Amino acid sequence: MFFVKLIIRNAFRHRLRTFLTVIGVAIAVLAFGMLRTLVGLWYLGVEHASATRLVTRNAISLVFPLPISYYDRIRQVAGVKSVSYGDWFGGIYIDEKHFFPNYAIEPRYYLDLYPEFIFPPEEKEAFVRDRKGCVVGRRLAVRYGWKIGDLITLKGTIYPGQWEFVLRGIYRGKEKGTEERLLMFHWDYLNETLKKSVPRRADQVGYYMIGVESPAIAAQVAQDVDRIFKNSLAETLTETEQAFHMGFVSMTEAIMIAIQIVSYVVILIIMVVAANTMAMTARERVPEYATMKTMGFGPMHMAIIIFGESVFIAVTGGICGALLTFPASRWIETELVEYFPYFSVSMTTIYLDLAAACLVGVVAAIFPTWRSSTIRIAEGLRRIG
Amino acid sequence: MSGIPGKPLSGFTFESYMEDVSQNQPIVEITNLSKSYRRGSQVIPVLEDISFEIAQGEFLALMGPSGSGKSTLLNLIAGIDKADMGTVRVAGIDITHLSEKELADWRAANVGFIFQFYNLMPVLTAFENVELPLLLTSLSRRERREHAELALRVVNLTDRMDHYPSQLSGGQQQRVAIARAIVTDPVILVADEPTGDLDRVSAEDVLELMERLVSDFGKTIIMVTHDPRAAGKAHMVRHLEKGILTT
Repeated sequence: MFFVKLIIRNAFRHRLRTFLTVIGVAIAVLAFGMLRTLVGLWYLGVEHASATRLVTRNAISLVFPLPISYYDRIRQVAGVKSVSYGDWFGGIYIDEKHFFPNYAIEPRYYLDLYPEFIFPPEEKEAFVRDRKGCVVGRRLAVRYGWKIGDLITLKGTIYPGQWEFVLRGIYRGKEKGTEERLLMFHWDYLNETLKKSVPRRADQVGYYMIGVESPAIAAQVAQDVDRIFKNSLAETLTETEQAFHMGFVSMTEAIMIAIQIVSYVVILIIMVVAANTMAMTARERVPEYATMKTMGFGPMHMAIIIFGESVFIAVTGGICGALLTFPASRWIETELVEYFPYFSVSMTTIYLDLAAACLVGVVAAIFPTWRSSTIRIAEGLRRIG
Repeated sequence: MSGIPGKPLSGFTFESYMEDVSQNQPIVEITNLSKSYRRGSQVIPVLEDISFEIAQGEFLALMGPSGSGKSTLLNLIAGIDKADMGTVRVAGIDITHLSEKELADWRAANVGFIFQFYNLMPVLTAFENVELPLLLTSLSRRERREHAELALRVVNLTDRMDHYPSQLSGGQQQRVAIARAIVTDPVILVADEPTGDLDRVSAEDVLELMERLVSDFGKTIIMVTHDPRAAGKAHMVRHLEKGILTT
């Protein structure tokens, strides 16, 4: 108890220095937490992917389509529970800055494959019935103030022209991390328009979505599907939804690794700053440590005092940083909604924040502890006066 | 024996201790003590072949010009520095052969330090400063409080026990330092220029207090000083010149 009192009082001897160090650690921990969260979000799609959903795409590349005629053949594969299909539409709302993902989908079975998209039943039915209808996620509707019945116009990029849709449904995510920024409309609407304008692009889909009976047979079903279309004009590549998402994520993995490295560098920098602060502190207190040593206090006591103070300051900063993470993430969710619609900090990140702060405190104390433990008493006492 | 960790300040009368040890029996025996420092390849002798004894209950002043080696001699007696040659026996223990850890334990139980600049912990109150050495004993919190209060009573500072060093005068700070030195009931008290940073009145108070520790409590004090008035309070004065004991 005495040492705890000594540690805390020592920590507040140079209030400005301690305050600045605490702020420094807090900012570093905040940055660390934010960057870790950002990296985690990048993999969110992978984490939320269902183990019972497979994606079949053109084996050459996702940009090449597959014939609609594959639909019935895939449905007949053993283990397949349901099949649907879709296509990346890539339409622009207002301008490029207002980006959100939009797909042309087969409406009835596609939405059944996504039980995490929760609709009021009447809205879902209204969407299925209306060929010009579309559905959007809750966040998207809130962002643009859309209401059921509103007319939404997208400018086609892959499929040129002005495309008008009537909003028939707004879904909400089952979980907090479920994507709520999608717009989906009838593939039939797209296909019929193409039949009139660009017939050679009609009757083709971007990918098939397959629901399997259990995750255990997913690999087998994927192989069976690809075997059917082997040596055809459009060979397929079937993989789990998780692997499919991972394919996208891996394209930007270098950036993610860079962000991860930056998060560690931030901690490393604050470690050096804290170590410098503790070294200064310990240097100033050499006479006090020498005095304590004359009384019989040993290196272990010096270590308790110095480590205690260092860890106390770092953990105080860590707690401040971890607490700041919550309003900061809320601010990002509100102000940068188009980039980070979901920016929730996990408890794992908070634990990592605190562990990083502890590490900063421990590492910062190593050198000063060694110095104070090894300094000769007579030499330490000579520094007084 | 006094200075047993966990049983310091046993009534502060030292009666039982005084029964065991006769007044004139040497408590410190220094034999052929030599010490030198190295500066690069140069060896600078500081103490050369010093031999003398200090009796139990003696108040000894070590005098000499700057650089004569008196502080080094004090450090060797107090076990905070190591000699090159010779032995230092305190209460029968040859401390020159103790390891660092053994020396630390020995100092905790047997030596009380009084410094020129008091060396109090600025973040601790007077009471906490006095309590500090007792943390190395097995005393309970209540016992520590009793002993610290008793030591502060001896130096007549009970009314300032909750004050921080910065709230005390130099003389008061030195009295707190003396209370801290005696709280573990050590065998010897070593004082390095205890009045060197004090005004005349405060210096007189401190010296009177030290005299009282010798006369009333039978303490053995070894004091390094430049001040002839301070040396005048001692029972015996020894002089060092260039590392050699002259008187």
